[in-house]
Amino acid sequence: MSRQRIDCSRLLCPMPVIRVQDKVAELHPGDELEAICTDPGALNDIPAWCRINGHEVLETRSDSDAGEYIVVLRVGEDS
Amino acid sequence: MSRQRKAVALISGGLDSLLAVRVIQQQGIEVEGINFFTGFCVEGHTHAIRKKDQKKPKRNNALWAAEQLGIKLHIIDIVDEYKDVVINPRHGYGANLNPCLDCKVFMVQKAREWMEQKGFDFIITGEVVGQRPMSQRKETLPVVQRESGIDDRLLRPLCAKNLPETLPEREGWVDREGLYDFSGRSRKPQFALAKQFGFEDYAQPAGGCCFLTDERYSVKLSDLWQHRGEKRYDLDDIMLLKVGRHIRPADHFKVIVAREEGEGNFLQGYRKQFISLKTTSHGGPLALIDGEASTADIELAARIVARYSQGRDAPQVELEVSDHGAGPERLTVVPLAASEVREEWVL
Repeated sequence: MSRQRIDCSRLLCPMPVIRVQDKVAELHPGDELEAICTDPGALNDIPAWCRINGHEVLETRSDSDAGEYIVVLRVGEDS
Repeated sequence: MSRQRKAVALISGGLDSLLAVRVIQQQGIEVEGINFFTGFCVEGHTHAIRKKDQKKPKRNNALWAAEQLGIKLHIIDIVDEYKDVVINPRHGYGANLNPCLDCKVFMVQKAREWMEQKGFDFIITGEVVGQRPMSQRKETLPVVQRESGIDDRLLRPLCAKNLPETLPEREGWVDREGLYDFSGRSRKPQFALAKQFGFEDYAQPAGGCCFLTDERYSVKLSDLWQHRGEKRYDLDDIMLLKVGRHIRPADHFKVIVAREEGEGNFLQGYRKQFISLKTTSHGGPLALIDGEASTADIELAARIVARYSQGRDAPQVELEVSDHGAGPERLTVVPLAASEVREEWVL
């Protein structure tokens, strides 16, 4: 099990989702991934992508001071 | 025992692809979706950038559609490969810089490659014969099949009964009687089918979901190519064309003026790549200068920016000018009068 982080700053929808999707393809079931985004839409889109592709969203949060939106997910068994 | 057949669907997030997938799911076919990101997509970006749009529900329609359908969705970045489609369309452009037929051929070809790699059996799309003037005419639908190399493995469930039988129908994977015969520009049959399927909330992008079908956007892209001396672009170029007022007072530079706070925030991210201007004595927009600008050019740009500030009627407006992130330096100018912003400058 590993935990990795990707920087999706300045990327607009759907690029953060694509970055997450491509990174998840390199990971193993149970691994965790933290995506740091600046597009607030990522808080909807990445969880939606996780739901339809069988990954678990562990946390979503926003850091308004930094203008960051963070999604943490766990890679599903089916990936 | 026959194996489970699998189809990959081109998902735009609109109603037609939503319906096409549900029709095929009802025939026991396993479906996964594919959505292509070209860089010219309308909704996500404009909603993300513009503050005034942020009251609308923010969602990616393709993801949303996939969730309604209970299918996996694969979003594929084709920004670089797609450039050749936009720059050199074999079948030409539509009313604006929309290479719809080449685009459809390209997307089906990419979906075919994905299908073959993943072991899927056929492709489905939400196309309806006669619905779109360029890519969905009776004469052009076979062009897509031929040039993409998919041939009879492309099934269009909403209008299949108007078209020759495809492989999935001939092989009995799909029952032709369970398909539809929609045609033409009317959306009534789709609305009726949506109701039948229980879909009440769905995206209906007028004129499609691509900025290349937009006249104003196409004018700006043509201008970019003309003044660059060649048909070339990168992702930042086409993103910036979606944002702000574009004003070209001379061949060698243009000014991009944010129209509202969200656009200003977006343009902030480009301050190190351009000369940027911001009014300080009055509320006003952030602006970028794209091109090689002399001192006189910067002053003219500042007067234009002042024109769009709250100091437009003031005798003088102060601005900060930052050269690729350096500075800033202060500049005081007289705002241009409305009559001095020539019509031909505004793209």
